[in-house]
Amino acid sequence: MAYVPLADQDKDHELHDPHTFITKYIWSQDHKVIAIQYGGTAICVGLVALVLSMMMRLQLGFPDSFTLIDPSSYYQAVTMHGMIMVVYLLTALFLGGFGNYLIPLMCGARDMVFPFLNMLSFWVYLLSVLILMSSFFVTGGPTGAGWTLYPPQTITPGTPGHDTGILLMLISLGVFIIAFTMGGLNYVTTVLQARAKGLTMMRLPLSVWGILVATILGLFAFPALLVSAIMMTFDLTLGTSFFMPAIMAAGEQLDYNGGSPILFQHLFWFFGHPEVYIVALPAFGLVSDVLSTHARKNIFGYRMMVWAIIAIGGLSFVVWAHHMYVSGMNPYFGFFFATTTLIIAVPTAMKVYNWVLTLWEGDIRLNTPMLFAIGFVFTFIHGGLTGLFLGNVVIDLPLSDTYFVVAHFHMVMGVSPVLVLFASLYHWYPKITGRMMNETLGKVHFWCTFLGTYAIYLPMHYLGFLGVPRRYYAMGSTDFIPESAQALNANITLAALFVAAAQILFFINIFWSLRNGKPSGNNPWGATSLEWQTTETPPKHGNWGPDLPVVHRWAYDYSVPGYPQDFIPQNVPGDFGVSEDHDHDTEMKEGPLAK
Amino acid sequence: MSFYKNVTAKPWEYSSPTLGTGPESAFASSSERIALTLFLVVVGVIFSLLAVSYYVRMELGDWVPMSDPSLLWVTTALLILSSVLFQLARNTAQGENFLKARKLFVGGGLFAIFFVIGQALAWQQLSSNGFDVANGPASAFFYLLTGLHVVHIVGGLWVWSKTTLRFFSQDDLTSVKHSVELCTTYWHFLLVLWVFIFAVLANT
Ligand code: HEM
Ligand SMILES: [Cu+2]
Repeated sequence: MAYVPLADQDKDHELHDPHTFITKYIWSQDHKVIAIQYGGTAICVGLVALVLSMMMRLQLGFPDSFTLIDPSSYYQAVTMHGMIMVVYLLTALFLGGFGNYLIPLMCGARDMVFPFLNMLSFWVYLLSVLILMSSFFVTGGPTGAGWTLYPPQTITPGTPGHDTGILLMLISLGVFIIAFTMGGLNYVTTVLQARAKGLTMMRLPLSVWGILVATILGLFAFPALLVSAIMMTFDLTLGTSFFMPAIMAAGEQLDYNGGSPILFQHLFWFFGHPEVYIVALPAFGLVSDVLSTHARKNIFGYRMMVWAIIAIGGLSFVVWAHHMYVSGMNPYFGFFFATTTLIIAVPTAMKVYNWVLTLWEGDIRLNTPMLFAIGFVFTFIHGGLTGLFLGNVVIDLPLSDTYFVVAHFHMVMGVSPVLVLFASLYHWYPKITGRMMNETLGKVHFWCTFLGTYAIYLPMHYLGFLGVPRRYYAMGSTDFIPESAQALNANITLAALFVAAAQILFFINIFWSLRNGKPSGNNPWGATSLEWQTTETPPKHGNWGPDLPVVHRWAYDYSVPGYPQDFIPQNVPGDFGVSEDHDHDTEMKEGPLAK
Repeated sequence: MSFYKNVTAKPWEYSSPTLGTGPESAFASSSERIALTLFLVVVGVIFSLLAVSYYVRMELGDWVPMSDPSLLWVTTALLILSSVLFQLARNTAQGENFLKARKLFVGGGLFAIFFVIGQALAWQQLSSNGFDVANGPASAFFYLLTGLHVVHIVGGLWVWSKTTLRFFSQDDLTSVKHSVELCTTYWHFLLVLWVFIFAVLANT
């Protein structure tokens, strides 16, 4: 077929505006509606996972006070909490939610290149969520194997949900991966092919870069989870022994022989480590844009940021076995993976420096999105530093499977991305709804969340040093753990309840502002990237009206000397730089401010 | 713009508008082709991981080698024929001879269906010889790999049947032509994949 670049095809692009309520809001193919559907669903399951974590905290803080929680339900809560948060909340919200909303708008496109596939992606995702949720209602309940689903105990009698629960989990993961693949092919193709004129790859906002590379990681990493899920399903239902060794359970020899649980661990972490960056990279991108916008400064080291995102993405495929130091692996293996793990810290640290340097001497506006973004820089530094400890084999051996690991990954993958999610929701809410969120409520929400999460996770590092193991329902009488650890645990639980309660402020704010928020106009923050330059807010179907935007500059022209405003939108033509050899008067005449 | 030029561009410098007016697509191919290519890479990753698992599992103590049913040579031939017909259909459609292209295209799909039937017969043969899934790791991998491959063929056949319907209704033949091209690429890929799987399974 004769090739016509997408940006040129748009002239007679029929917009087939949806008319009925159903096509507009339910079976919608508009990326903005799909984004909200994705985001809403993700937040709803996220709330389920939050409730589960409160159950765990109640048991840990006040053992034996709640009859509702027995060892089985505790393990089920641990498992479902972890899996929901990582896959069904964070992955879905960053890529399905923000990816869907921002990619076409930031790229100056009318929609994703395959709108129907995009819609299908959401419905299949919803199906995977429903399958997962149904496991709460089957006999035996959901699986209690831990979110890593390690065989053999996953499907061995004695583990909660070892038959139906785990089966539903595996099916749900498979369905999720199908949904993700449909969405992911769409996001990548859209970014590569459907950018507005003038919007070169190196002019893209970092949000798009983060989402793009994370999606590519997902496309290559989720197959490992798919493969292990399929093989485990075979072991479970057909009696094969891919992963299951010869094993006794409850005094009986099970019908398995010779399989390799370690093989599962390799496959799982070949997915699992990239997965943490599937969550982290979009967060990196979004936070860069929030920081830059509210510091009124260009992002420091844009190219370095892009390269760092790509480097982290590549390296994240060669560090997986740092999750397996205690699996009895060959020491040379451990040495190799420790080295790669420490190398990946280099691009990560570069990004942190660049965020800090972006703030340096900026004209910082400490509004709610900015507070959350700065909070992220703090929590991410903390989590990243503990990662460096765990990356070294000798330090990891005693710390593995203790609360130190729990503290590490919650700082780096729990709190940090969630702070970015809040920053982004406060930041883009005006574009999505046309209204501002309440600042006072937002700031209270920030301080409760930020300080509260520190109160939860800082003490956990200390518990880890004491050797308190993770995933234990009760400690029993253990000599090496002092009484005071229990007091600490009780306090952590109180902090956790407080933080969970504080999230109500956020939901109140979201719903209250929908009707009562100050109208935001098209560009309330004075931002440069294309999504803020639409003529309608929220943008109409097709985003741009009759003409697509044309891009003349990168997304970070803030506080350019010699320009009357402290930002120049990407679609404004003309060189307003300070370079001497330009005649400013003639350039200004081409700009939108020319009289 | 070349990749190198791309990553070394200095986006903060205002560049002459000529640079900024070209339509921005990274590749001069249709979106469908790019998505398909990406999808094929994903499928490739899936089967590579399975192959790695196969070799890892083979090293463990209880592996009993299994000889593959000779029927697989026949099904391989069927899949090759299917691929050839798709290629011919594509070439003919290129020359705008749509009636002939349609016949070839339909034929290609039919041979793929024969392939699937052949695979099913091979499974039947195996299990009547006492090799079912749970019989040992070698036969478990056999069913797993061939089964997943068939799943991909069936997925392709679904697209094939939709394209066939559009072929018969005859409207928008340029887009039908494009679908034929994409199907052909997919079929060639599945053929290569099958040869790869066959080789892996033969190594027992
Ligand atoms: C400087 C970079 C990082 C290093 C060196 C690092 C290192 C490690 C190591 C060695 C472990 C294994 C600990 C053990 O199980 O004994 C670990 C666990 C973990 N890390 Fe990181 N990490 C880094 C960044 C991140 C990031 C950015 C995320 C997520 C956004 C993350 C998420 C996790 C998770 C979820 C686990 C625990 C998984 C589990 O066992 O359930 N890490 N990290
Ligand atoms: Cu890791």
